[in-house]
Amino acid sequence: MNRREILRRSAAAGLLATPAAGLLAGCATSGGGDEGDGGAYKGTKSEQNPLGVAEDAPLEVVIFNGGFGEDYAKAHEAMYKERYPKAEIKHSATAEISKTLQPRFVDGSPPDVVNNSGAGQIDFNGLVSQNALADLGELLAAPSLDTPGKTVKDTLLPGTVEVGSYDGRFLVLNYTYTVYGIWHSTKLFADRGWEDAKTWDDHIALCRRIKAAGIAPWTYAGVHPRYMSWPLISTAIKLGGPSVALAIDNLEPNAWKSDAMKTAADAWHQIVKDKFILAGSPGLDHKQSQTAWCQGKAAFISCGSWLESEQKDVTPPGFNMTVAPTPSLGSGDKLPYEAIRGTAGEPFMVPAKAKNVAGGLEYFRTMLSRKGAQDFTKKVASLPVVAGATEGVDLPYGLSTVVKALDASGSNGFNWVYNNYYRKLERNLVDAACGEFFSGRIGPAEFLDQCQKGADSIAGDSSVKKYKRSA
Amino acid sequence: MRQGRLPLILTFLLPPLALYGIFVLSPYLQAFQISTTDWMGYSAQADPVGMANFRTLLNDGYVWNALKNNAILLAVVPVVTIGLGLFFASMLTMGGRRGRAGVTGVRGTSVYRLVYFFPQVLSVVIIALLWKEIYSPTSGLLNGALRAVGLATPAWLGDPRFAFWCVLAVMVWSNVGFYVVLFGAAMQAIPRDIYEAVLLDGASRTTMLRKITIPLLWDTIQVAWIYLAIAALDGFILVQLMTNGGPNFSSDVIGLRMYDTSFGSENKFGYASAIGVAMFFLTLSVAVLALRTARRDRIEYS
Repeated sequence: MNRREILRRSAAAGLLATPAAGLLAGCATSGGGDEGDGGAYKGTKSEQNPLGVAEDAPLEVVIFNGGFGEDYAKAHEAMYKERYPKAEIKHSATAEISKTLQPRFVDGSPPDVVNNSGAGQIDFNGLVSQNALADLGELLAAPSLDTPGKTVKDTLLPGTVEVGSYDGRFLVLNYTYTVYGIWHSTKLFADRGWEDAKTWDDHIALCRRIKAAGIAPWTYAGVHPRYMSWPLISTAIKLGGPSVALAIDNLEPNAWKSDAMKTAADAWHQIVKDKFILAGSPGLDHKQSQTAWCQGKAAFISCGSWLESEQKDVTPPGFNMTVAPTPSLGSGDKLPYEAIRGTAGEPFMVPAKAKNVAGGLEYFRTMLSRKGAQDFTKKVASLPVVAGATEGVDLPYGLSTVVKALDASGSNGFNWVYNNYYRKLERNLVDAACGEFFSGRIGPAEFLDQCQKGADSIAGDSSVKKYKRSA
Repeated sequence: MRQGRLPLILTFLLPPLALYGIFVLSPYLQAFQISTTDWMGYSAQADPVGMANFRTLLNDGYVWNALKNNAILLAVVPVVTIGLGLFFASMLTMGGRRGRAGVTGVRGTSVYRLVYFFPQVLSVVIIALLWKEIYSPTSGLLNGALRAVGLATPAWLGDPRFAFWCVLAVMVWSNVGFYVVLFGAAMQAIPRDIYEAVLLDGASRTTMLRKITIPLLWDTIQVAWIYLAIAALDGFILVQLMTNGGPNFSSDVIGLRMYDTSFGSENKFGYASAIGVAMFFLTLSVAVLALRTARRDRIEYS
């Protein structure tokens, strides 16, 4: 069998997971070959049309139907349609991105815009290594749609381009700005006369008072314990500086066992040792633990800034959730207390083989216009990556604390991306280690060992493409 | 007339055979072929790597860990399910004490039969979500009951000591009802006079079950055994929804490994196909073994 034939066979039009029957199997039809017709629709570039959109080319958009719903996307599509009335827009939304779109990627006929998000997200490492994504560099250089004199890149919040870049190519547009921190209820704290602590020692002292008052200081998503890796790594980065994260992202040997990580793991072990965690937390999923927290059974929880909209239905009125950075370990910290992890999230991409690549980029330009971004904020109460998009918009309480925390953090903000580079490392391996550590079955040294073992297994796997970042 | 039969047969046989060929056989065959490539699933690019995927598989600790769990399922689920099924079915058909000579079920048999069948009517997804809530450490029914009587309240699905066994229990629970009905129906087919004769000879109910019912039900039990053995090698839906293999891979099963390798945390479709192929041969061997070891002479009622 020659290579060509293997290719043709592998280019199966559908791939059905039939776990019950016991086989993962491709279903052969005469699907497309390896030569896609990426960017078949091209228009003439001009000042009005810097990306060269064919004005009558159809545009297909697939949205992840999750916490944000799909209405915001319909609004963006309407804005696109306003500029290109002859374009026909096909909209669909699904919660299962990978299962729905995998056959179409193989077939060579993917949609033009994909919101690759959620639990059924397609692993970016694989997409990038298979050259399945269109380069978005042209978009960055194009002028902003409604901010005169600025390119699209100029309107983005810092870090947006970096987090979507692989080996220096900007491939993924992360549309929302997410802040990761420790959350508490302002109302609960005011009622009890507690004040959120800025140093680790004060935090532990506060936990003691909370526990004495009959409330569990902490809870966490025991089924997805990686939520607790976020504050732990943040603590280490604030102690040792951004190089701690850089080493982890670049899979450097013993990156997980750096001094900063050791100190941070030792510190966090305190809340396990002193039984500051709500009993039964290891068996709760993210929704259950967040609900327990909203019911006042626990005082602190680690989460990203999607928490407020995710908990909308069960948050009691006046709960006033507030995000705070991780407490400082001491005066030796390289970053100030205010430094918080902020990053662009909610990934959007244009497949390399999409028929209307230019239209996909133009759709992104619409999303990133001031009008598009403000409409998004109003509809889903979240921050887009466009600077100043929240001006003049009435923000819900939690989101307003997010904006404040971001302002205070300023240029001290930090982030890591190993979870984007190597999905399995965070989702499976570090996740499992966190589960063992925060349920008290292993100590800090074993925890870091297990994380390092996971990172080493990725580093040693030749079938996984490696990425490096320098800053 | 003879000439007329062939077109008729072809008309009825070809379409289903073609469908079977396209949607069952060809995917199976392709999985074999894909398992020898490094296909990553999102492009048509797939290079043959020979047996490399299978070599990786042999050294993959996570796969072996999942296989170990499947082996436990295989050893425990069929035995417990068939045991419980036989017990309940015989209680329902001949457990009654009314009239010492007659062979009847316990009081309320029809109600029990209906209730036992309930889990079979629910979709597996609903069963998984239902039990996930029952096992919930803070608000679950189980810990609520334990708390009420002052016992310890473990984290069940959040504790590696219990998570796997919790899922196993649900697997048994959701299957027993079907086998109660299956065995019950088979028991109805056993002539009453055999039982009456045995009762007259003074046999106890356990002897009756052991010496009469089980031998006469052997064909049915054998079928049940094979079904359950194959189900035990799967277990994917319950595990994925209840624990997703956790905590720390303690409840992982081979089907979930395959899913996670392709659609989950990675997209190594070639490697996942290799796991699938391994699973195919395992399932096949288990089915053949179960048939072989359970083979006995067929008893016919005259």
